[in-house]
Order: sequence, then structure tokens, then C-alpha cells
Amino acid sequence: MKQAAWNALGLIVFAVMIFPVFWMISTAFKPDDQVIALKPTWISLRPTLSHFTAALHKPYFWTDVKNSAIIVCVAVAISIVLALLAAVAVARYRWTGRKAFIALIIGIQMLPQAGLIIPLYVALARYHLTNTLTGVIITYITFVLPFSVWTLRGFLLGIPKELEESAMVDGSTRLGVFVKILLPLMGPGLVATSVFAFITSWNEYIFARVLLNDQGKQTATIWLSYFLGTSRHTDWGALMAASTLTAIPVVVFFLLVQRRIAFGLTAGAVKG
Amino acid sequence: MLGSSALSAAAVLRGRRRRRFLERSTPYWLIVPTVVAIGVVLGYPLYWLIKLSTERYGLFELIQHHGQSVGLHNYASVLHDSVFWHTLLRTVIFTVANVGLTMGLGLAIALLLLRLSAWVRVLLTSGLVLVWSMPVVVAAQVFFWMTNYENGVLNYVLSQAGLTGEQHDWYASTFSQLSMVTLLIVWGALPFVVITLYAGLAQVPHDLLEAASVDGARAWRAFRDITLPILRPILLILTSLSIIWDFGVFTQPFLLIGQAKTQPGNFLMSTYLFEEGYFRTDFGRGAAISILMLLIVAILSVFYVRKMVRIGEEVA
Repeated sequence: MKQAAWNALGLIVFAVMIFPVFWMISTAFKPDDQVIALKPTWISLRPTLSHFTAALHKPYFWTDVKNSAIIVCVAVAISIVLALLAAVAVARYRWTGRKAFIALIIGIQMLPQAGLIIPLYVALARYHLTNTLTGVIITYITFVLPFSVWTLRGFLLGIPKELEESAMVDGSTRLGVFVKILLPLMGPGLVATSVFAFITSWNEYIFARVLLNDQGKQTATIWLSYFLGTSRHTDWGALMAASTLTAIPVVVFFLLVQRRIAFGLTAGAVKG
Repeated sequence: MLGSSALSAAAVLRGRRRRRFLERSTPYWLIVPTVVAIGVVLGYPLYWLIKLSTERYGLFELIQHHGQSVGLHNYASVLHDSVFWHTLLRTVIFTVANVGLTMGLGLAIALLLLRLSAWVRVLLTSGLVLVWSMPVVVAAQVFFWMTNYENGVLNYVLSQAGLTGEQHDWYASTFSQLSMVTLLIVWGALPFVVITLYAGLAQVPHDLLEAASVDGARAWRAFRDITLPILRPILLILTSLSIIWDFGVFTQPFLLIGQAKTQPGNFLMSTYLFEEGYFRTDFGRGAAISILMLLIVAILSVFYVRKMVRIGEEVA
């Protein structure tokens, strides 16, 4: 009996938490009259795809998705390569200044992005990089790079050092060990870190909002944020369809790597 | 014969010394690219930030690439502005409310997970992970739709329960606006907190709790004396992370309240900075506000950063 009560409570929490996601999808498939109606229809028996077509035909959708893809791929690729080297230094060597370097990597990730928009905007304006994808890529490196260093360090710690040591004894050089032993073992960690960095940059809002003004140069996230426009009558169905479309790739990627990444922020305090 | 062996010994020695030098300097070579990159993308702009904060720098100066030095005028102007102090106070209260709700509800749900049958637990955790994965901008749009006064589902549910009118405007007053933002933030933050705390609860030894219940220790005492001390480090880290995040939060208030309705009465630090610095193109004054905000966050971050540096001591 008591167990049933706890379970009921658990189901209520589940229902409340999941409701916004459910409501987004439910609205996206509803015909207009059911969307507008004061008395809501929980699940439509006359589902329609018209909102999705409307969202996809909104100007700049594909252009902005392409912009997002370019920005995110370049920023993540550059960051991961640099971060892998730094992560090896942090996870495998003891050296003077190491503590300060770690404090720098962690500290940067705590900076509020709003506090950085003015210096980044003005500095980029000096080199005519505002309103360019390159400018946004530069700003994304500010958070992707430190995040990647810290996360990759965690994955490196999970690889036993004995493997490298025995290879060193066998006469391999440090570089040889790195390429032949460490890199293949780091595969899953590199993929997980890249995917998570991909998600954070894809969802980034304020830097892109400040730096990109042309509609044809914006990111998918900004495209969605402007979807409402200024019109009096909002097309809620299309907005929810657009939201669903924007969320799908992120959700899929997130579900793939959540288990591997989730505990990096609290590393050490939780044995995940 | 003797000479050649001495020669080769010297060569070996030189080789060994070179290898040791390489070995010692390796970590520095490895971090050079990262340090240079951080210097370019962050160090250089931060140098600019400090310079800007002492200059008059508006749209004209932006085009000229040259500001007019005004000393500490910008700081004086900000610190003498009641909007700044009101915003700071509002942000502190907002942060306390958001962090309190997030941690309180998070701990409650994590403890609830322990009591659930396996199938409900799996269902709830999957739901939480799904919520976790929602992009903030998407979540803001969905909440805006759910809470709009014309035909939002929130009004329908509450009016059916007799709690509000059918077309209650949730964005009419400042308090109500910020409450909606809190709803959105807490909803989005709960999954991470709950799942991390639940993982921490797995470290609480079961036999210890059972022994306590045999002893007749009341549930809350078992919680206070056994569970809480074990959870303490995780709770501290999660709380300090939440404080840092909520203090600097921008996207949720900016999108949910909407730029048109963002005004001094509902400013949080980030939206204040955006409006007064960037949007009004008063970059010099904006830079002064940025520096003040970054300093506050730096102080708030000391605990977390120190904790993580200690964890980072580990070398494999």
C-alpha cells in the first residue's frame, strides 16, 4: 500500500516534468482549430503535418542550419585537437604551473557569457569579424576548448598507465606510444567529448545573437528564437513544429553520450 | 680504442640529457597551443574590456576604433546608478530562490527515486534525461506557449481548478514574469541535480541504513546522520555550480520575458548588461558593468574552482 503511494507520487513527478515536452509534440501535430481552442485537446485524433511543412518553408531555415553546422564543426574540431594535447599534459605529467593551468581551465568555464559579449564584440569589430561565421567560431572556442580539456583529462585518467609504460620498455618513443596506444583507446572519449561540445555550441544563444545580424548568417538557434516575430497572432502550431525540429538532433545526440559525460562537472565527488 | 669509447659515452650522456630535457619540457609544449588560443580568444578581449571600461566608447568610437579616455567615470556612473544596485539585489534574491528551489526539489526527487518500484524509477529517470536534453531556446518557446494568456494550457488547468481567471496574464507584473523564468530554470536544472544526487545516494551503504532502522532510528535521523554527511560534498558542488549559473543566467529571462518587455524593473545582471551596454551601444559603461559582474562571479566561483583543482591533482 505504502509502495503504491510512493509510486503514484513518482508518476506525478514524471507527468509534471515531461509535460512541456509532451505539449510541444502534441501541439506540433494538431490542426489549427484545436491549437487555438481555449479548451485544449490533449492528443489530437486528426494529426497533421502541415505545421512542419510551414516551419520548413519559413525563410532561412536551411541556410541557418547550414551556418550552425559550419560554426559548430569548425569550433569543435579546432578545440578538440588543441584540448587533446593539453589534456595529456594535465593527466600524464607533473609540472610546475599545472595547478594554475587547471584553475584557468575550470575558472574560464564559470564566466557568465553575458559578461563577455562587450569585449568580444568590440575586439571582433576591430578586425571586421562581427557578422561573420569566423567571429562566432572564435567566441565558441572560449567555452568549447576549456570544457574539452577537462573532459578529455577525465577520459585519459581512465586509461591505465601500465599500457604505455610497457610499450616504453619495449623501446617505443613517447610519440609512438601516443599514436599507437593512447589515441585508439581515447576513441570513445574523443567522440563523446566532441558530441557534447557539439550540443553546447549548437544550443548557444547570446554570442550568436550579439554577433550575427543578417538573417542569412544566423544560426538555427537564433532562427528559432526569432520565429515568433512581431505579429499579433502567433502561429503556435508552426512554432512548436519548429521547436520539435530544432530539438530532435540535440536530443538524439544527448541521449547517446549523456552517461559518459554527465559526471565531468562533479568529477571525483560522484563515482558515476 | 679507449678514446672512442669515451666519445660514445659522452654521446650517450648527451643523448640522455637531451631526452631528459625533452621529457621535462613535454607538458609545456603540449599546453602551448591551448594557452595561445585562450590568450587570443579570451585574454585579448579581456585586455580590451579593462581598457574600454576607462573610455567613452559608443557607436562613433566603434567605427573610429578609438575611444576617449574618461578615467574611472564609467565606474562612478554605474556605482551611483540606483538601477545597478536594484538589479544586483534582485539578482541575488532571484539566485537564492532559484538555487533553493532547485536543490530542495532535486534532493526530494532523488530521495523519492530510492523508494520507487524499479519500473517507475526507470520511467522517471528516462523522463528526466529527456528533459535534460532539451535546448534552452526550445524550452523557452514551449514555456511561452504554455503560459500565454490567450490560450495557454497553464491558464486552462488553473482556471479549471478555480485558482485563476481564464485569461490571467502571467507577464503583467515583474514578480510574475520572474516567477515564470524561475519555473523554466528550475524545470531545466532539476534533471542534472536529481541524477547526480541519485548517483551519490548509491554510495550510501544500505546495511548501515538497515542497521539504523533496526535500532529504531527515525527516518529523518538516519537521513541526517548517515545520508546527509555522505551527500555533503556533492550537495556543496551542485549548490555552488547552481549559484554561479543562476546569477549569470541570460537566455531564459531574455527570451521568456521578451526584449520588448525587458525594462529596469525586471532586469537581472545579464539582461541589464545586454540592454545598457550592448543594445544601447554604450560599450564603455557596459565594460564597467561587465567587470563588476565578472568580479562577483569570480568570488562566487572560488569554492568550486578550488575543489576542482584539488580533484585535478590526480595524475595517472
